[in-house]
Amino acid sequence: MALLEIRNLHVKVENHEILKGIDLTVNAGEVHSIMGPNGSGKSTLAQVLARRESFQVTQGEVLYKGKDLLAMKPEEAACEGVFLAFQYPVEIPGISNAYFLRSALNAVRNYRGEDELDAMDFIPMFKKKMKLLDMDDKLMNRSVNEGFSGGEKKRNEILQMAVLEPKMAILDETDSGLDIDALRIVANGVNALRSPERAMVVVTHYQRLLNYIVPDFVHVLVDGRIVKSGGKELALELEDKGYSWVEAEATA
Amino acid sequence: MSTNVNTIQDLANREYKWGFVTDVEQEKIAKGLNEDVIRVISAKKNEPEFMLEWRLKAYRHWASLEKAQAEPKWANIHYPPIDYQDIHYYSAPKTKKSKTSLEEVDPEILKTYEKLGIPLDEQKMLQGVAVDAVFDSVSVATTFKGKLAEAGVIFCSFSEAVQKHPELVQKYLGSVVPYSDNFFAALNAAVFSDGSFVYVPKGVRCPMELSTYFRINASETGQFERTLIVAEEGAYVSYLEGCTAPIRDENQLHAAVVELVAMDNAQIKYSTVQNWYPGDKQGKGGIYNFVTKRGKCAGVNSKISWTQVETGSAITWKYPSCILQGDNSVGEFYSVALTNNYQQADTGTKMIHIGKNTKSTVVSKGISAGHGQNTYRGQVKILKNAASARNYTQCDSLLIGDKCGAHTFPYIEVRNASAHMEHEASTSKIGEDQMFYLRQRGLKTEDAVSMIVNGFCKQVFRELPMEFAVEAQKLLGVSLEGSVG
Repeated sequence: MALLEIRNLHVKVENHEILKGIDLTVNAGEVHSIMGPNGSGKSTLAQVLARRESFQVTQGEVLYKGKDLLAMKPEEAACEGVFLAFQYPVEIPGISNAYFLRSALNAVRNYRGEDELDAMDFIPMFKKKMKLLDMDDKLMNRSVNEGFSGGEKKRNEILQMAVLEPKMAILDETDSGLDIDALRIVANGVNALRSPERAMVVVTHYQRLLNYIVPDFVHVLVDGRIVKSGGKELALELEDKGYSWVEAEATA
Repeated sequence: MSTNVNTIQDLANREYKWGFVTDVEQEKIAKGLNEDVIRVISAKKNEPEFMLEWRLKAYRHWASLEKAQAEPKWANIHYPPIDYQDIHYYSAPKTKKSKTSLEEVDPEILKTYEKLGIPLDEQKMLQGVAVDAVFDSVSVATTFKGKLAEAGVIFCSFSEAVQKHPELVQKYLGSVVPYSDNFFAALNAAVFSDGSFVYVPKGVRCPMELSTYFRINASETGQFERTLIVAEEGAYVSYLEGCTAPIRDENQLHAAVVELVAMDNAQIKYSTVQNWYPGDKQGKGGIYNFVTKRGKCAGVNSKISWTQVETGSAITWKYPSCILQGDNSVGEFYSVALTNNYQQADTGTKMIHIGKNTKSTVVSKGISAGHGQNTYRGQVKILKNAASARNYTQCDSLLIGDKCGAHTFPYIEVRNASAHMEHEASTSKIGEDQMFYLRQRGLKTEDAVSMIVNGFCKQVFRELPMEFAVEAQKLLGVSLEGSVG
């Protein structure tokens, strides 16, 4: 059974149809990349899979672990192992990064019927994961994302993913705003989490990230539809010929 | 959107857990207010002549204000006119004589406090907190008196202070909030029946937190307490106050006065968790909380800090203030005010800088949910001789849902050019983005709201004594239940 199966998905945002029939199958252990020009619907797809409820699904279905993903609330999907690394992470003033993440982890553990982790168990694990992403210990006690640089925010997203250990991770333009060193660190963090049980959907505008996170499949999204799918070499071809190439092909 | 609003609604709809009524025999004076009522109250309390005279002066002043319809109208709150003749001004649980030990307190009343989580049995109490329990208009028990007396600290009901320490009462009563201060202060001065009295002598650091727990029980009764705290030279005291009331359809008036006096190098820390019955979801019932609180930093290097967490009451009208008279004195005000359903709050502070190098800090956090209306009103006044005075004001509003309101009215008056003033204000809304982010990490809606709200209030919570901070956080969660969807 596929981990994620999207069939004929149509989605409206503020009454505009953004996704116009997406079909996609993702198996455990695979890394899929969704590429496409600005405004093609990449972020909408990422967020609808994470169950953003203000986005309206008008047609189609999504099965995750064989269950109806579209019937789940965001927190249920999260507890079932769906994780979204946000393109624009929000700030939560007054709540420390460590407290936030421990609360999130314990919410997930509760859902699974596991014991909560106390601070004594949590902190060493948290520090280890921070090291993986080359993050300063100070960020542990700072308020979530408040006063973080763009790069620190993106690293913080991957840190959360490393702590929560999702089954299906969706990365929404995690590379945007990162310099080349930060990009490498983030990619290393992501690669360390690749495993036969875990699938990843990497949404990106540029091919650059895919030099570091090498995908098994690449899909090109244009105007709410996947117009082309292929292996990792498709990303290179896109880099070479630009999106106009697939756009032309799609309308042909 | 709709889900957001629903959860906020759910949070708001959680029931008020302190709304039960205790069945005790009451002694009430008939409704209405006139000089005879004042005389009866004073006689019941066996007061010395100076008290009765002061009460009568206060009453006459209040009556003239009432006649002139001079009840304050400037606050951003709305309520039908109060019929002051339709209120009982004195209610007390019936007892034979004044109590000397807990065994003499009506077991029903002890049970009430037990139910509220305030055991009056000293063995069971949190270590380091002495409690004065005020039930309707009278103090029913004060714990740890012996231990405090060893340190020279006087902590007793106001009535007892009038009997045992009349010279102190006469010296300080009305010295910070005179009976003529305002409409509600005048009313309080005329009819107040009890409250707490604290006196910390020179050089003494009060060995434990002092706490008063106010409980309104009787119906159609106003509650008027008066608290007076005096810290002599070099003394320190931390005082906590908590309050609850039964659920009733009628609005009940609570008009208290608190006076603090800090002499040279003295420090008073006053913390409040106010949880009077807020009224139901449609705005029916609830306490009108019209309170005057003021501290005087009379001596050099003295310090007064007000910390308040206001979650209850149908209407809150209160401005805990500091008169910074001594040079180098410090005034602080940390406040969280939450309004949900149809609650209204008009609250803030006044910092009056008189002495040189005086410093004040104001941090106000207003949270509005449901149809709640939350107003911050603060005055900072730097007088002519207050050289190098400093004020920092920060006032933040958080909106939950789209039917509530936040309002800010700062008044700044500077008469000395060497003053440093800072004012920061912000308004934010718990948005769909924030909620989606937290829920995507696995947190349930109400936990997500409660996390955002607690983060918002952190600056204030960390000023509260530990046990109180935990209680305040829980209370905020309960008060918001049903407010987010």
